[in-house]
Amino acid sequence: MTRERTGSFTTTHPGIRAPLWAAPGEGFCFGVPATIVRLMIEILREPWPWYVAGPLIGLVVPFVYWFGGRKWGVSQSLQHLCAATLPRGIEYFRYDWRKEGGWNLAMVAGILLGGFVGGRVLSSPAEVVAISPATRADLTQLGVTDFTGMVPGDVFSFAALLTPTGFVLIVVGGFLVGFGARWAHGCTSGHAISGLSTLQPSSLIAVIGFFLGGLVSTHVLLPLLF
Amino acid sequence: MSAPPRPAGNAPAGSLAVYLGLGMLLGIIFVKSEVASWFRIQEMFRFQSIHMYGVIGGAVLVGAVGVALLKRTGAKTSRGEPIQFPDAAERRPGVRHLAGGTCFGLGWGLLGACPGPIYALLGSGMGVMVVALASAVAGAWVYGMFRPHLPH
Repeated sequence: MTRERTGSFTTTHPGIRAPLWAAPGEGFCFGVPATIVRLMIEILREPWPWYVAGPLIGLVVPFVYWFGGRKWGVSQSLQHLCAATLPRGIEYFRYDWRKEGGWNLAMVAGILLGGFVGGRVLSSPAEVVAISPATRADLTQLGVTDFTGMVPGDVFSFAALLTPTGFVLIVVGGFLVGFGARWAHGCTSGHAISGLSTLQPSSLIAVIGFFLGGLVSTHVLLPLLF
Repeated sequence: MSAPPRPAGNAPAGSLAVYLGLGMLLGIIFVKSEVASWFRIQEMFRFQSIHMYGVIGGAVLVGAVGVALLKRTGAKTSRGEPIQFPDAAERRPGVRHLAGGTCFGLGWGLLGACPGPIYALLGSGMGVMVVALASAVAGAWVYGMFRPHLPH
C-alpha cells in the first residue's frame, strides 16, 4: 500500500510548539518526554485502520445505554434541530427538544469539534485517501479528476453547487439523507451499528435499504451525473 | 443551588459535557478512519475494499458484545434506572425501514456522507457541508410534514 506524503514530520506543525519537536531529552510536554509525545502524535496523524476505528465506535453503543439509558443515533439530531428552529405546529416536532434531544445536540456539537481536531490538528500526512486501485480506476473512468483530500474537491465546493453534479450530490444527496434517515427512524449509527448490535430485525431491513439505495446511486445515478 | 427534581431523561450540564466529549471522540474517529470520505463510500458501494465493512462490522461486533453483557448482568444506567432496550414494536420491520432506508441509501451514495460525517466534515473546515447539513435538516422537516401521509 503506497501513500503519497507531503513532507516529513520534521516540519513544524501548526499549533504545536517547538519543544515538542525537540531532539530526545530536550524537553517535556506536561511532564511527558517530548520524544514520546512526538511519537504519539505521529501515530495519531496517520489514517486509522478499520480494526481500530470500528471497535472504538462500537463501544459507544453500550456506553450510551449505560450512561444515559439511550439508544445511540446521530440522525435524530436533524429532528431536534427542526423542533428547535421551525416546529410550525407539526406534530413530529412538538416535544421538549431540550429534554429529549439535549444530549444528542451536545454530541453532534462534539462531532463538529472532533472534526476540527481530526482534520486540522491531527491532519493526515497523506494527501490522498488510500482507496483501492480498482475504485480509483472506476472513479477516474467516471470522470473524477481530483483525488486529493477526503472528497473530490472539484465537486464539493460552493462554486460547484451551481453545476448539476454538485447540486445533486450535495443538495439532493443531503436532502435524501435527512428525509430517509427520519423515515427509516435511523441512519448508519442508529440502524447499522446500534440496531444490529441489539439484533433488531427492523434495522437489518433498513440496512438492506441503505445498500439498495446506495447501489442505485453508485451504479445508475453517478454515471448520469459526471 | 437546589435544583428541582428532574424528569427522567433530562440531561444535566455535567452529562451534556460527557456527550460533548463523546461526540468529539467520534468526530476524530470519523475523520481519521476516513469513513467521512466520499471516496471510501464509493469503494464500499463498489465492494472493492474491506475498509468500511471492517469499520461497521467491527463496531457491530463490539457493540453487540457490550449490549449482551449489559443484558446478561442486568446492569442499570449510571443513574440507577433499568435500561430500556428496543421493544417489540421497534424491532418489527415495516415499510418505513425498507422505503426510508432506500431513500437514505440513495442520498448516502450521492453525498458520500451519513449524518455523523456531515458534522465531522463541516468541523474539519469543509464549508460547503453546511449546505449538505441544511439540506438534511430540510429533509427531516419535509418528512415531519408528510409523515401522516407516508406508509410506515
